[in-house]
Amino acid sequence: MKFRAKIVDLACLNHFTRVSNMIAKLAKTCTLRISPEKLNFILSDKLASGGVSMWCELEQENIFSEFQMEGVSAENNEIYLELTSENLSRALKTAQNARALKIKLTNKHFPCLTVSVELQLSSSSSSRIVTHDIPIKVIPRRLWKDLQEPSVPDSDVSIYLPALKTMKSVVEKMKNISNHLVIEANLNGDLNLKIETELVCVTTHFKDLGNPVLPSESVSQNRHPEDMVEVHIDIRKLLQFLAGQQVTPTKAVCSKFAFSLPTSSLICIQSSKFKYAQFWELRLPGQSGRKVSLS
Amino acid sequence: MKCLITGGNVKVLGKAVHSLSRIGDELYLEPLKDGLSLRTVNSSRSAYACFLFAPLFFQQYQAASPGQDLLRCKILMKSFLSVFRSLAMVEKSVEKCCISLSGSNSHLVVQLHCKYGVKKTHNLSFQDCESLQAVFNPALCPHLLRAPARVLAEAVLSFPLALTEVTLGIGHGQRVILRSYQEEEADNANKAMVTETSIGEEDFQQLQAPEGIAVTFCLKEFRGLLSFAESANLSLSVHFDVPGRPVIFTIEDSLLDGHFVLATLLEQDPCSQDLCSPKPCQPVPQKEAHSTPPLDDFTNDDIDCYMIAMETTVGSEGSRAQPSTSLPHVSQPSHDLALAPSSEEEEEAEPSTVPGTPPPKKFRSLFFGSILAPVHSPQGPSPVLAEDSDGEG
Repeated sequence: MKFRAKIVDLACLNHFTRVSNMIAKLAKTCTLRISPEKLNFILSDKLASGGVSMWCELEQENIFSEFQMEGVSAENNEIYLELTSENLSRALKTAQNARALKIKLTNKHFPCLTVSVELQLSSSSSSRIVTHDIPIKVIPRRLWKDLQEPSVPDSDVSIYLPALKTMKSVVEKMKNISNHLVIEANLNGDLNLKIETELVCVTTHFKDLGNPVLPSESVSQNRHPEDMVEVHIDIRKLLQFLAGQQVTPTKAVCSKFAFSLPTSSLICIQSSKFKYAQFWELRLPGQSGRKVSLS
Repeated sequence: MKCLITGGNVKVLGKAVHSLSRIGDELYLEPLKDGLSLRTVNSSRSAYACFLFAPLFFQQYQAASPGQDLLRCKILMKSFLSVFRSLAMVEKSVEKCCISLSGSNSHLVVQLHCKYGVKKTHNLSFQDCESLQAVFNPALCPHLLRAPARVLAEAVLSFPLALTEVTLGIGHGQRVILRSYQEEEADNANKAMVTETSIGEEDFQQLQAPEGIAVTFCLKEFRGLLSFAESANLSLSVHFDVPGRPVIFTIEDSLLDGHFVLATLLEQDPCSQDLCSPKPCQPVPQKEAHSTPPLDDFTNDDIDCYMIAMETTVGSEGSRAQPSTSLPHVSQPSHDLALAPSSEEEEEAEPSTVPGTPPPKKFRSLFFGSILAPVHSPQGPSPVLAEDSDGEG
C-alpha cells in the first residue's frame, strides 16, 4: 500500500484545510478513502443502524499537484484509513503559509500518515520543515462495504436550500423550543421549517428557492407542485450539519423523501469549484434507518 | 533594600515574573551588589530559573541600607504575580514601581505609581530564607545553540499547548530538530500525533553540537522563558550536554540576564556514552536507533539523579557564583543506585513524572546539599532532602 501526494497551490491547501476542519468539528474519528481519482472523508454514524452519515468526496486532481497511490491489491485499488480527525486539522493548521505540503503513508514504529510542511518564513533565510506523524489504522477489506457512497435514491421533492447561514440561525433558535423539526418542501420552491410544542408552534417560510431538475422525474410527476412533502428529523443533527459547513458551496440541495415509514431527508452539497460533494442523511432517532446500498 | 523602576521596565519586570511563575510557587528575592535577583525552583527540583536585573535597570537601586546586611526573602509567587497580573494594565497605567524590603518592616512593599495620581501599595508577607542557588555552569556544557528567541518561538508554535515534553536534537545536515516527545504506549490505539520541526543551521547564530545528540525537557517550563525572550527581542542560548544532564537556557542584555535550568530525561539507549550509563534499571526494551536518537522510558529517579544540584549558603555570601564543581552530578549515581531497584516497578506503572509536578513518593528528588557537607556523600539512605528552611544553618 502506498500513498504520496503533494499540494503546492495555496488556494487548494486552504480548501483542503477547511474540509478537514469541518470534519474535525463533526466527529472524533473519520475514515479516509484513497482511490486513484478521488479522496473521500467518510463519517459513519454508529448510532444509526448501519450506513454512512456523511460522505465527502474530493477530486484529487483539483487539490494535489502530485498524487500516487497503490491500493491494497490490483483488484481493490483503494486504501481505507481511520484516523483522529483533529490530528489532521491540527497538522494542516501549521501549513497556513506553506510553500508545499506533502502527505504520505509511512510506517515509523506504527502506521501513520505523515504530513510534511515546508514553510518559508520571512524571518528566516532557509525553509522550515514541520512534520506531523498522524497515527492511523488501516481498515480491512471486509469492512469496506459499510463505507460505500450512499446512492441518491429517487426523491419525492428536491429543493435548493436557502443560504446556510440563514438557515443555521433560524434552526439554532428553534432548537431551544423542541428537538423535533419538521421540514416541508414542494416543487414550487417553498420550504418550511416547523416546530411544534404544546404551547407554541413556530414556522419559518422560505419562498422562491428553486427546484433542481432531476433526471428521474417519474415519482414526482404525479405530484402537484403545491403539495408539501414533509419529513421529521432531529434538530440537533441538522444543526451539526449546518455548524460544520465552512466550505462555501455553490449549491446546497435538500432532497427529501417521504415514504410511508420511515421518512428521511438527504442533504446533498455540491461545490462545483472544487468538485466536492457531501451527502448527509438525517433521520429521526428511533426510526429504523433504511440501509443505503450501493446502486 | 530599595529600588525604583520606571517606564517600560516595569512591564519587563512583570513579564519576568510571569515567566518565573511557570516554574515555581515561591519567588526568592535577593538584592545583590550586581543587581536584584529573582529566582525560583519547581517542587520537584527539576527546574530552576533566575533573573538578575543589573542596577542600571533601575532608576534607583540600593541593595542594602548602609550598615545593614543584605536581606533576602522568599514570597509566594502568587502574591508577587498578582501585582503584575495584567501586563496590559501595567503597560498602560503604571509609571513607576517601587520595591522595598527592610528589616524593620515585616512586609515586602511593592508600590505602583499609576496615572492620575493613583498609588497602589502591596504589602506582601515574606519568609526569611537561605539563598537559593543552583549549581550549574554553562561553560561546562559541550554543546551550544544560539538563536534569536523568535526562531525558537516560531518552531514551538507547531506544538499543541498541552504538550509537556519536547526533544531538541541535531539531525542530518546539521539541522536542529524539535520533536514532540511521546511516552511509549502499550498499544497503538491511543498513540498521539508526533510533530517535528526542523530548522536549518543558517537560522542559528551559533551551533556547536554533533549530529545525533538529543535532549528532552519540559516544554511548558521552557515556554515561560521563550515568551519573555521573544518579547524582549533577545537571543536565546541553549547549553546542553548528554541526556540526563540539565539543559541551561540563557538570555542576556546590558540590563538583565536570565538563566533557566531544566532537567532532561535520561536516555536508556545503550549506545549513549553517558557517564553513568551502567544503571541497574533498564526495564524498557530498547528501540532501534535512528537518526534522531529515540528516547525511551525514563526512570524517574534517574531524572532526580541529574536534578540540578542545589546548594544553600550558610553565610550571607550572596554570590551567584557558579562554582566549577560538576562533582555533585557525578556523585549522584551512588545515591541513585540505592533508589533504583525499588523503583523499577513503580516507574512502569506511573505516568510520566513531568518536571514541575510533585513527584511520586518514591522519587523524592529534592537535593539541597549544603556546600559545607562533603560533596561525595549523599545524605544517607533517605532520598528526601529538605531545603534549609528559615532560621536554620
